[in-house]
Amino acid sequence: MLPELNHEEIMRYSRHLLIPEVGLEGQRKLKAASVLLIGTGGLGSPAAMYLAAAGVGRIGLVDYDVVDSSNLQRQVIHGSSGLGVLKVESARDRMLDINPYIQVEVYNEPFTSENAMRISESYDLIIDGTDNFPTRYLVNDVCVLTGKPNVYGSIFRFEGQLSVFDAKRGPCYRCLFPEPPPPGMVPSCAEGGVLGVLPGTVGTLQATEAIKLILEIGEPMIGKLLLYDALDLSFQIVKLRKNPNCKICGPNPTVTELIDYEAFCGVPGHDHDESSAGEGWDIEPTELARRQKSGIPIRLIDVREPNEVEISRIPGADLIPLGQLPEKLATLDSAEEIVLFCRSGGRSTRALQLLVSAGFRKVKNLRGGINAWVREVDPSQPVY
Amino acid sequence: MAVLRISTPLRPYINGKSEVELQGETVLEVVEDLILQYPALRPHLFSSEGKLRAFVNLFLNDQDVRNLQGMETPVKENDRLVLVPSIAGGSRRDGCFPN
Repeated sequence: MLPELNHEEIMRYSRHLLIPEVGLEGQRKLKAASVLLIGTGGLGSPAAMYLAAAGVGRIGLVDYDVVDSSNLQRQVIHGSSGLGVLKVESARDRMLDINPYIQVEVYNEPFTSENAMRISESYDLIIDGTDNFPTRYLVNDVCVLTGKPNVYGSIFRFEGQLSVFDAKRGPCYRCLFPEPPPPGMVPSCAEGGVLGVLPGTVGTLQATEAIKLILEIGEPMIGKLLLYDALDLSFQIVKLRKNPNCKICGPNPTVTELIDYEAFCGVPGHDHDESSAGEGWDIEPTELARRQKSGIPIRLIDVREPNEVEISRIPGADLIPLGQLPEKLATLDSAEEIVLFCRSGGRSTRALQLLVSAGFRKVKNLRGGINAWVREVDPSQPVY
Repeated sequence: MAVLRISTPLRPYINGKSEVELQGETVLEVVEDLILQYPALRPHLFSSEGKLRAFVNLFLNDQDVRNLQGMETPVKENDRLVLVPSIAGGSRRDGCFPN
């Protein structure tokens, strides 16, 4: 039994009601539907706003972060007035402002193996708007194990991927990517970054697919992967098939319950201390400044990208981007005191591991990276 | 002559280009030509045993080569190949921990 629409709702959705493929019945299906959105960031922002505007009756939001000014370049559901506010609350307020005739449930917690089944239980489908491999495999496995469609979107710089993984009708995420990249193997990981408008496109496409699934119209992206490149505005669709050896949706599954996804991916899925290389391997910014001042010779290596040096720099540092470090190892002298740094400590930790495995011992990681240096030693430069 | 399109995360290893023209009668030969021209790509595409890595997909036109004849799949003039690695980006860390 589909829910009724009142007169205000009929007026609000009149442009939907005029489309034969939606109509009154379709709009009532939307009102009856429930969608869980994992992440209210770049992808989740447009998806949440369009699902709200379209009248999806019940929308769940999972996020555990607060709105930060560096989010606003792309996370358009949040605004400057919401800085410091919980993302799920900032997003809920915006959605209810767009459409008060919907319900928004918020889950201010990371999506984990422990809570995923509980949170997702009462939803028809899940939209994956996450930003890391462990949570993507978790979302996939929850969807496969519970028979829910997973509307997948992912972005990197100028490029996006989109698919609908529905193991009952086609391949799942693990069919396409049986294993995550080993840590540090994601090429140009260190360069990161994303064109702010890109998740707008991909997140909007995710909302489109979710609405199509609810209305049961058109051809969903099941068994297909969209590759979108904003630089040449190319959209390519490739065909995917169920992998007969898939560990979760194949005929002989070995994954039959949720696992430890951080261990599976070898990387943390949620916030953790990425600024430190571990006991004994760090040097504090103030200590580095003190040593420099007292004339102790230190080889300072900046492992960021050249464009980042335009933002902030430490005098005397040599630039060797992390990706070029393996081939430049021969230019470093293991007898020298070496200090490595990046933006906030993650890349320099990987650089340190590389040097240590090559036999270097007199090497340290600048804890917290140049951002910590700027905060503690040289506030004349910007944090980014 | 086939054209191979390469996804953004792998472009630094082919001098930032998005597409390269390659020679070869099979997918394997085309990929070998790619590695010959851009040796830095090898560890990102193949494991030490020489197998295509599990987080990289290779499509010939719109078909996964694993659903064709794998690396032995014949490649015709003007065929297009695309290399698709997994990307994780979405919101906070945009794909991979860029700190």
